[in-house]
Amino acid sequence: MRLVTAVLKPFKLDDVKTALEAFGVAGMTVSEVQGHGRQRGHTEVYRGAEYTVTFVPKVKLEVLVDDADARDVIDVIAKAAQTGAIGDGKVWSTPVDEVVRVRTGERGVEAL
Amino acid sequence: MSPHLIGLLADVPEPIGDSAQTYANTAWILASSALVLLMTPGLAFFYGGMTRAKSTLNMIMMSFSSIGIVSVLWVIYGYSVAFAPDKTSGLFGNLSLRFLHNESQASITNHLYDYAFIAFQLMFAIITLALISGAVADRMKFSAWIAFSVIWVTVVYFPVAHWVFAFGVPISDAKTQTGGAGAAASYVAGTGGWIVSKLGALDFAGGTAVHINAGAAGLALCLVLGVRKGFGKEAMRPHNLPLVMIGTGMLWFGWFGFNAGSTLLANGLAGLAFVNTQVATAAALCGWLLVERLRDGHFTTLGAASGAVAGLVGITPACGTVSPSGAIVLGGLVGMLCAVAIGLKNKFGFDDALDVVGVHLVGGLFGTLAIGFLATKTTNGIGVDGLFYGGDASQLGKQAVAAFAVMGYSFVLTFLIALALKFTIGLRVTEEAEVVGIDQSEHLETAYEWAGFATGSTHASALAGSTPQRVGT
Repeated sequence: MRLVTAVLKPFKLDDVKTALEAFGVAGMTVSEVQGHGRQRGHTEVYRGAEYTVTFVPKVKLEVLVDDADARDVIDVIAKAAQTGAIGDGKVWSTPVDEVVRVRTGERGVEAL
Repeated sequence: MSPHLIGLLADVPEPIGDSAQTYANTAWILASSALVLLMTPGLAFFYGGMTRAKSTLNMIMMSFSSIGIVSVLWVIYGYSVAFAPDKTSGLFGNLSLRFLHNESQASITNHLYDYAFIAFQLMFAIITLALISGAVADRMKFSAWIAFSVIWVTVVYFPVAHWVFAFGVPISDAKTQTGGAGAAASYVAGTGGWIVSKLGALDFAGGTAVHINAGAAGLALCLVLGVRKGFGKEAMRPHNLPLVMIGTGMLWFGWFGFNAGSTLLANGLAGLAFVNTQVATAAALCGWLLVERLRDGHFTTLGAASGAVAGLVGITPACGTVSPSGAIVLGGLVGMLCAVAIGLKNKFGFDDALDVVGVHLVGGLFGTLAIGFLATKTTNGIGVDGLFYGGDASQLGKQAVAAFAVMGYSFVLTFLIALALKFTIGLRVTEEAEVVGIDQSEHLETAYEWAGFATGSTHASALAGSTPQRVGT
């Protein structure tokens, strides 16, 4: 099993969610986060004083998937989230040792 | 109207003097007093939105505590120190009117019931103190602010209000009804405060006593207090600009009472002051935005709010002595000037957090001195022309003496008060309290439960500890 994690532009979340559901992903977790990549945020000006806003709002999306689906899920997310402009975010996956469905106690792939 | 009602009205006894005028004046000044009071909650929001989320309640509380403290002191001795008859020094009144116990609700001066004047002037004292608080955001102990409030209004505001607003002994049969700064014509020269009654400087609604006074005090207090932790390094951006805009709207609305009410008469001069206040503020809003567009590339919301307040400050001393076109010139210039002046703190390294100096001191000085150029007999009816209207420089000289006297007095006295407090009860919160947030450390409250990190909140995220657990009764 693998955990696919994506950090995305907030306004692309709906597109990504729709694409993932179409692919057949059963569940996902999202959280509001802040961060920056190579573009290093943006600047704002208040009463002539310039502030660098390094961390910009992003959405973090996490999906647990079977090993065989991981690469496809990453592609689905990357395709749906892409705008071509800076700040589109990243998608990656990490190995997961154990998953338990809390309600039933099912383990492993059964719990996905 | 029924004959019965007409009969009732006919029974009303004639009050002293011209009754219709006295009633009209009193109605307008009582309404204006309520308008001026509204400026202080407006200021609380204007300032409160400009702080970081972790210190907005403290900012708002400094304004509301001013209402509490100054109102009580005003009745006990404040009004008396500012307005009791002073036939010699012109520096301050005396204690003969303490507790207002010699005031009759029936007494009238210059076609205005005295109690309306007492209410009106109280509101000026409240907002002047509250204005200072913008310079000390995020870091001043609330107990020190309370102590400062009591001492400052007593030794600085009440005497300076006497200099500028105490007209002196009325000429009992005065026929002239010029009002405001011109009202001096209705009083015996040399019997009131030295600026209004002896020097003859024109300050219609308080450019000196309110704005220069508060601006100079803010500078002195923030110098003694020191800079905020992270000043010049961390981003200290406003946390709630819509709140700033609400506050600006309340200030602008209330300012009509402040300026047009300062005629102390319900007449055409009040109308002129009203129109001048509106156009100068509008022009200053445009002026500030113009500077921003040229300098920073964008028109900002905070710039619109700041420009409006700068215009209100600038026109305050001049609203009854310049023409509407003069007011546009004055407003446009003061808006542009203040947009540049707010950079002073970064250049000189004093942490005037919310730009009390850049807006109120600079704007107050500009407006007070501009009278020397822009005053015109055609509107003010008190026979003074500025340099641009063929007058000589004598009025400008008087304006400068008044402006710099108030600035110097306020700065020196405030500096001494601040030092005295620093070495007794202490002025600043601890460094830890400042980082955690002064709302929590000084008031045991936070403004927003949802505030996340990088908003200056104490909570690491919306999820961590967002639901306070009740532990006491």
